[in-house]
Amino acid sequence: MLSRTASALYWIGRYVERAEFTARLIEATIRLDALSARPAGRGAWESALLVTAADYDFGATGQDKTPRNVGAYLTLSRENPSSIRSCLDAARSNAKSVRTALSRDAWEAINRSWLGLRDRASTGGSHEMLGVVEPIRAEARGFEGALHRMLRNEAYSFISLGAAIERADNTARLIDVKYHLLLPEGEKVGGLIDRDQWTTILHTVSANTAYRWLYSDGLKPWLVADLLILRRELPRSAAASVDEVVMHLNAISQRTGLLGEADRIARQRQVAIERTSIDSIFGRGLHEYLSEFIIENARLDSAIASQFRFG
Amino acid sequence: MTLNRAFDEVWGTQEGRDGRPEFTELAGWINDTPHQELDRRQKAAEAAFRQLGITFAVYGEEEAAERIIPFDIVPRVFTAREWANLSEGLVQRVETLNAFLADVYGPQKILKDGIVPPELILGNPQFRGFLMGQKPPHGIFAHICGIDLVRTGPDDFFVLEDNARTPSGVSYMLENREAMLRLCPELFQIYDVCPVDRYPDLLLETLRSVAPASTRGNPTCVLMTPGHFNSAFYEHSFLADSMGIELVEAADLEVDDDIVWMRTIEGRVRVDVIYRRIDDDYIDPLVFKPDSMLGVPGLIAAYRAGNVALVNAPGTGIADDKAIYSYMPEIVKYYTGGDAKLPNVETYRCREPQALKYTLDNLDKLVVKLVDGSGGYGMLVGPTATQAQIEAFRAALVAEPQRYIAQPTLALSTVPTLVESGVAPRHVDFRPFCLSGSDGVQIVPGGLTRVALQEGSLVVNSSQGGGTKDSLILSDTPGEFGGGQSQSQVIGAQSQSQGGR
Repeated sequence: MLSRTASALYWIGRYVERAEFTARLIEATIRLDALSARPAGRGAWESALLVTAADYDFGATGQDKTPRNVGAYLTLSRENPSSIRSCLDAARSNAKSVRTALSRDAWEAINRSWLGLRDRASTGGSHEMLGVVEPIRAEARGFEGALHRMLRNEAYSFISLGAAIERADNTARLIDVKYHLLLPEGEKVGGLIDRDQWTTILHTVSANTAYRWLYSDGLKPWLVADLLILRRELPRSAAASVDEVVMHLNAISQRTGLLGEADRIARQRQVAIERTSIDSIFGRGLHEYLSEFIIENARLDSAIASQFRFG
Repeated sequence: MTLNRAFDEVWGTQEGRDGRPEFTELAGWINDTPHQELDRRQKAAEAAFRQLGITFAVYGEEEAAERIIPFDIVPRVFTAREWANLSEGLVQRVETLNAFLADVYGPQKILKDGIVPPELILGNPQFRGFLMGQKPPHGIFAHICGIDLVRTGPDDFFVLEDNARTPSGVSYMLENREAMLRLCPELFQIYDVCPVDRYPDLLLETLRSVAPASTRGNPTCVLMTPGHFNSAFYEHSFLADSMGIELVEAADLEVDDDIVWMRTIEGRVRVDVIYRRIDDDYIDPLVFKPDSMLGVPGLIAAYRAGNVALVNAPGTGIADDKAIYSYMPEIVKYYTGGDAKLPNVETYRCREPQALKYTLDNLDKLVVKLVDGSGGYGMLVGPTATQAQIEAFRAALVAEPQRYIAQPTLALSTVPTLVESGVAPRHVDFRPFCLSGSDGVQIVPGGLTRVALQEGSLVVNSSQGGGTKDSLILSDTPGEFGGGQSQSQVIGAQSQSQGGR
């Protein structure tokens, strides 16, 4: 496989995943803003900006942090490189340049979601915004479905690899920001933490039901963290994403005979996370743990790029 | 010759509603299928094309302005006999083009014998003098030719243009057929239609057959594209995909010691055959445009060393130059000893004083073209031009007559086409695709029919708003192809009824 093709596929995986995650985040934020007993409003949208690492750039636009403005920035803005529109533009552009490596269904899912946003000028209020992000989620599911029907070859592995790396990053950020935001200085873990925020986290990763299945206690922050970081049964958890990265790198090395730095880092992470308990994470500090995780994830990303000569 | 009495491929020259005897059933289908139903199917086809991204980027417009080429649901049909005659003429034509190129870049006998004026070749910007004496692998220059044909009567076909560089449109031949099989299955019940879907296999076979002698093992063939901003990118990816070969951009290739390599995740892989969809001018910045980012430095050196086959070979542009075109009847005779089975459209070479005078006197009746123009640009269609346009061309012709040719405006045949008010005749041309490999010439029975969607218009180019139709070639051995297609049609019908529930 051409190195350029591998790189484009990997980034398709990342961008589609990112677009979907942002869509979920917006839905959960709208919910948090509207449904909670004490309207969260501005704070909820501020935290959404933080999770997507778009707070600084949004500040530079000089706009007021109203739900409408932030929603539009996360969804349609061309200035925001991580907006859903920018992600879909990039995913489609990559997909177009490597169409030969994608199945027709996979291409169509990307192209359709791109077409769906193409002529949209504004998202309007929260109701319309839901109307914009729901189809994005549906198309992302369609893309994932199409992906699973592709040949299990390198193309499949590189897309999945990109998606897994992106997912690990998103999940870690989500927990870190929400947790950090809500835990005032000196506050004890498990203290007065806003329930709604933790529900939002679960909503963002569609894990409410999963949580009830796995834990019989009510909503406990450390259990939410346990679920999202360590439980392999949850496909979006950090542990599951780390496993998936190892799996796809293995598949690639089996087909190509290539083994390198990326494989080494990925396996190390897998071993490390296997040996970790939620108690030790909280003992060291959740924020510290997640920050390291995110940095390591980025290191793995660049090791992948150099191992496969993304150039 | 007036345009409103053109020969219609279904109705013939008569006013009746029965159609030509060969096409009574097609005429019946056109008459019996309600306009709304045709319209519905056409829209379904266009929606599918849009969804598949079968688009055509229009230069100078934003990427957002990607268009699909309008598709017309009423097909054009050729009888088996018509096709037999055409393909015989086409084989002769492309064999001639290859013989001509081998001669021009070799002994140049045709120039020495005074058939073609030497200055027309040697002073032509398409002539690559530095490739003199360079024989491409297996001696083939123009592996893929798109020969544009027009028709004026039941037996009157003319070659309008020979496209011997990087002719495009074959993906539409294939996709239009897919759409027709899905949307108008009954047509394939009425007629036994020759399939076109072998084209990618034949193309790959052709590429492999011209691999250079240095090839070890199975030849590695790639398709080289300028990238996804190119207007024909869909076709490039479609073809690479259907052949199962890599679609490469310049950045994926490197030349080392006169050998071409592609960069893969596993390291470098040697490339033997490049089907390049990039013009000569851009393929190698060391030889052609130094500022081009689309090319691979050293590619021409690798080609000259005999280490890679370039398809089509560099320098083929000389064969489809419009000034050379006018000599094709003589060129065919020179190399084959016989008359051209497919005649040229009568052409006035404005470089010749007599022809220039005639052209200037009859500008309102002629089509005037730049010898090196393409895509319908740089063209005067006399009968529909304004006085100002005619005068502008008059001045240009007087200033640089050698840059122009002129042709009579032909009464191009029409084919029934779906328009707003129903089905009406629209002018068409036809581009079949001819493959020349080391084992000879092969032509898939089909091609691209382009249709001018404006009433009375003769301009069919997609960049000028033309559309396309499926081109059905009827089989003369009934039943040979019918089985497979009625099968796929049954499947189509089933899924449709399920979708309706």
